[in-house]
Amino acid sequence: MTQINSKIPEGPVAEKWSNYKAHQRLVNPKNKLKLDVIVVGTGLAGASAAASLAEMGFNVLNFCIQDSPRRAHSIAAQGGINAAKNYQNDGDSVYRLFYDTVKGGDYRAREANVYRLAEVSNSIIDQCVAQGVPFAREYGGTLANRSFGGAQVSRTFYAKGQTGQQLLLGAYSALSCQVNAGKVKLYTRYEMLDVVIIDGRARGIIAKNLVTGKLERFSANAVVIATGGYGNTYFLSTNAMGCNVSAAMSCYRKGAYFANPCYVQIHPTCIPVHGDKQSKLTLMSESLRNDGRIWVPKKLEDAKALQAGTKQGYEIPEEDRDYYLERRYPAFGNLVPRDVASRAAKERCDKGFGVNNTGLAVFLDFSESIQRLGIDVIRQRYGNLFDMYEEITDVNPGEKRITRDGVDYYNPMMIFPAIHYTMGGIWVDYELQTSIPGLFAIGECNFSDHGANRLGASALMQGLADGYFVLPYTIQNYLADQAIWPRISTDAPEFAEVEKATEERIQKLMNIKGKRSVDSIHKELGHICWEYIGMGRTKEGLEKGIKLIDELRKEFDTNLFIPGERDGLNIELDKAIHLDDFITMGKLIAYDALSREESCGGHFREEHQTEEGEAKRDDKNFFYVGCWKYQGNDNVAPTLIKEPLEYEAIKVQTRNYKN
Amino acid sequence: MWLCNSSIGRKVVMSVTGLALVLFLTFHACMNVVALFSAEAYNQICELLGSNWYALAATAGLGALVVIHILYAFILTIQNRNARGSNRYDKTDKPEKVEWASQNMLALGVIIVLGLALHLFNFWYNMMFAEIVGASNPIGPTEGFEWIKETFANPVFVVLYVIWLCALWFHLTHGIWSGMQTLGWSGHIWFNRWKCISQIWATIVVAMFLIVALAFALCPDCLGGADGKVVPFEMAM
Amino acid sequence: MAEKVLKQFTVKYWKQNGPKDTNAHFEEKVMKDIPGDTSFLEMLDILNEQLIEEGKEPFVFDHDCREGICGMCSLYINGTPHGKTERGATTCQLYMRKFNEGDVITIEPWRSAGFPVIKDCMVDRTAFDKIIQAGGYTTVRTGAPQDANAILIPKADADEAMDCASCIGCGACVAACKNGSAMLFVSSKVSQLALLPQGRVEAARRAKAMVAKMDELGFGNCTNTRACEAVCPKCETIANIARLNREFIKAKLAD
Repeated sequence: MTQINSKIPEGPVAEKWSNYKAHQRLVNPKNKLKLDVIVVGTGLAGASAAASLAEMGFNVLNFCIQDSPRRAHSIAAQGGINAAKNYQNDGDSVYRLFYDTVKGGDYRAREANVYRLAEVSNSIIDQCVAQGVPFAREYGGTLANRSFGGAQVSRTFYAKGQTGQQLLLGAYSALSCQVNAGKVKLYTRYEMLDVVIIDGRARGIIAKNLVTGKLERFSANAVVIATGGYGNTYFLSTNAMGCNVSAAMSCYRKGAYFANPCYVQIHPTCIPVHGDKQSKLTLMSESLRNDGRIWVPKKLEDAKALQAGTKQGYEIPEEDRDYYLERRYPAFGNLVPRDVASRAAKERCDKGFGVNNTGLAVFLDFSESIQRLGIDVIRQRYGNLFDMYEEITDVNPGEKRITRDGVDYYNPMMIFPAIHYTMGGIWVDYELQTSIPGLFAIGECNFSDHGANRLGASALMQGLADGYFVLPYTIQNYLADQAIWPRISTDAPEFAEVEKATEERIQKLMNIKGKRSVDSIHKELGHICWEYIGMGRTKEGLEKGIKLIDELRKEFDTNLFIPGERDGLNIELDKAIHLDDFITMGKLIAYDALSREESCGGHFREEHQTEEGEAKRDDKNFFYVGCWKYQGNDNVAPTLIKEPLEYEAIKVQTRNYKN
Repeated sequence: MWLCNSSIGRKVVMSVTGLALVLFLTFHACMNVVALFSAEAYNQICELLGSNWYALAATAGLGALVVIHILYAFILTIQNRNARGSNRYDKTDKPEKVEWASQNMLALGVIIVLGLALHLFNFWYNMMFAEIVGASNPIGPTEGFEWIKETFANPVFVVLYVIWLCALWFHLTHGIWSGMQTLGWSGHIWFNRWKCISQIWATIVVAMFLIVALAFALCPDCLGGADGKVVPFEMAM
Repeated sequence: MAEKVLKQFTVKYWKQNGPKDTNAHFEEKVMKDIPGDTSFLEMLDILNEQLIEEGKEPFVFDHDCREGICGMCSLYINGTPHGKTERGATTCQLYMRKFNEGDVITIEPWRSAGFPVIKDCMVDRTAFDKIIQAGGYTTVRTGAPQDANAILIPKADADEAMDCASCIGCGACVAACKNGSAMLFVSSKVSQLALLPQGRVEAARRAKAMVAKMDELGFGNCTNTRACEAVCPKCETIANIARLNREFIKAKLAD
């Protein structure tokens, strides 16, 4: 059986990163000028890596599918970014951030990676402030913090409800600076379709110019993919419409392991689905849970009335409300981690307590905090979110409706869980290198830091940690001996071969000439995945899901219709390529979920729960990273390789947010 | 030179020349008002601003300001039309915030230039120019009061002057605050102040011109006082 | 709440194949039974689904995050960039409940020399990237900075910088401007960095470089019509433009 080498450095966990940096190989300044690096993606991870590598002297080729690097979906992150600065003097430390992240990830993350993440978190804040990121500040001029789910300290830095935007614009500005310096060559509206392997090493990519439709070849000494997660497999998610898994899938098909695909995060505070024409789900920042209280009615008849539309949320008096998170988890209350909050909402709705016409929604109520702090304070904190909610639903959560027994009742928001983030991804070692030498994966697209569940405000931290402070070091360990080789020409036969295969794949899709649009098939895939591979999974359900996906694959292969021409800009063709990969991805999620006979974090197997309905982990049998190896064909089941987890610094225990 | 080859530089030229012209207009309006009270005083001013070297120099400067302002207006407009591209929107819905004057400064400017040409023909040609070339008219070149009377006796001129002054009002209400904005002296607070100042200033200046024109058109004989006697116009008020 | 459903309305949308297409024209489609909770882009998804069913090519437009932050969506709807809403919103945040029975909804691309059309209503906005590349940053290397709290910044300045930094680079300001001017976009970035001590260091250089690039790329001269701030989905104001003017003039006078 293949052995996995995660290349974790020696020494105690707190010293591993320092040890690594002290002993790794570096590239001398002159040789850096001879080395090219391809970075695919311009989100937090991609842009920060491209900028940092270019600053060091490497020649960077940076690709994105949008019209500008600034559009990457990192921009939509609202809440904030964690760092162990302890500016609030509430007992935070690198160790505590590390501990919270590992615990939040339900003890399925790689310890050494997480410690490094916590260690570099402080530098990220320093870096961003130097770039002119306008973080929120106190009157005294120091940086402000807020608290976030899964932590008992305030360590989240934020810029209004647009933290992701500001951090991305910071990275984008650093990138722009390097483009101006001529060190980064930017390719916008380009999509990577395959990776080129020469002598077992990643040596370049084939990318489609989305405007002309032509395939183009790019060679480099290393390829870094930073292409985000696979949440759009579910069709409806909080991801942007363009988010896709095609780049990651092409690496997977070339032999890179795909790790833990079943760990999919369902975000508890999204605006509920309203109809079958819906194209995406909108997230309301988790920070709302700081001051909002989540509830459903205590009485089933109230829930029925709400579902029928004969009663409104504000009409239900305080004593008839079930603040189920506060009831079940007194210590963390409304601030339990996302997976716990999402499952609790599903549990209530499954029992019939859902509060909208579909029965798939719970309330998030600000009445109490508005009364305590005043509407001005609440609007200052969440004004833009309130506006956004009203824009979408026509209901203003800041509007007082009635006063009963001295208590003011405001319009509650309706929320429901939705696919948001994928903890799984391309397997990488400690150096963020995939199982293909020379191919690196950073940001959401890799699997390493969040285990089975990601805490709020950690995604931005990880993306920037990878891009600014980790990859630029570790990639040198690989590149150190590469400068002696001459630049690889894109005329090499390997390039021609991959380009030909890619063209054939496109022709195959164009030639199906069936009846169904890409979106109609994608919606169906989404339904299957949400139903059988979603929040509550069972063996039967997963098996059925795999069967249904197989049938859908046939439908796709025989009945797809792509209008327009192969050449030129063809949005339907591009979507079809994405969907081709989503179908394979959906099945991969199901395989992993089926093999993982336990519940942990974002993966919940209904067979494995405690009597109270909490996730039941099985550390004896499943304390490993599940790595999936492609077997040469999308229709052949991949094989599982296990990377055992070793914890030195943290004692593995049952996650407890109750007391 | 940044005043020619940068967009902000070109706008600075527009705003400096424009604001200088506003100051000139203000002075001119104040001067005109004198005519309501004393013909003698007014004619003295006319004499003072006759063909003396300093008046000529100032006139040349003024002419330069006007020419630069107009020249740049056309350059900016041509550049802006090119920047707009060759395709036009099929449908446009002007936001309420956007004032009519701000989008029609060139058209207003053209009306003002035409009015100016008429004005120069009516007055400058007969006064300063006549003095320079020594032309002989029934009314002397420094008898400004008489020239006003003569001009506004013609109702066609009165109507044209009123149109001209209206265009000037619109041009100034946008021009003054816009000039300050371009020079960078504006912001969340000063923007509203300048808007207010523009309205008031433009209204006062144009009103002064308008009162003189209308007064001479309606009641030319009761103006200008006579030999230091009480001014009938004041009595009327 | 009885949900509003639009029984019938007409969408008139722009078809254009490349920047030099001489045959660019409007096409029309009648839409039926669209719920008011449908977003504008979802309505266009439905339209495209119908076109594909008819075997036709879909109507092409840019869109991505669909929550009003990425700045990708860029439709000129009924004479206003992003369509008319009470407060700032992008195309993707426009809902069909804002429209009426029997409306004819005209959809056009951003029309400006700075933004050539790629296809239909998808335009090329790389000019904005080039302007940022000219100087829209602080020149700081990864890993070098001091502690984030070492320089104190008054809350008011940080808040104002944040407002300026909210610009999403969608280009609505250029689309609305009769002069095709990019001043609101440029000034928002210049303002953000000019307000912060970290950005002050190269404020003069930045203002000059960004304005020079903007001019080079053929954007027009600002004539303070305020059309830009009226349509900005992030409510950027011309106070930013005044600040840019100030920074630029100061920089030039100091040369």
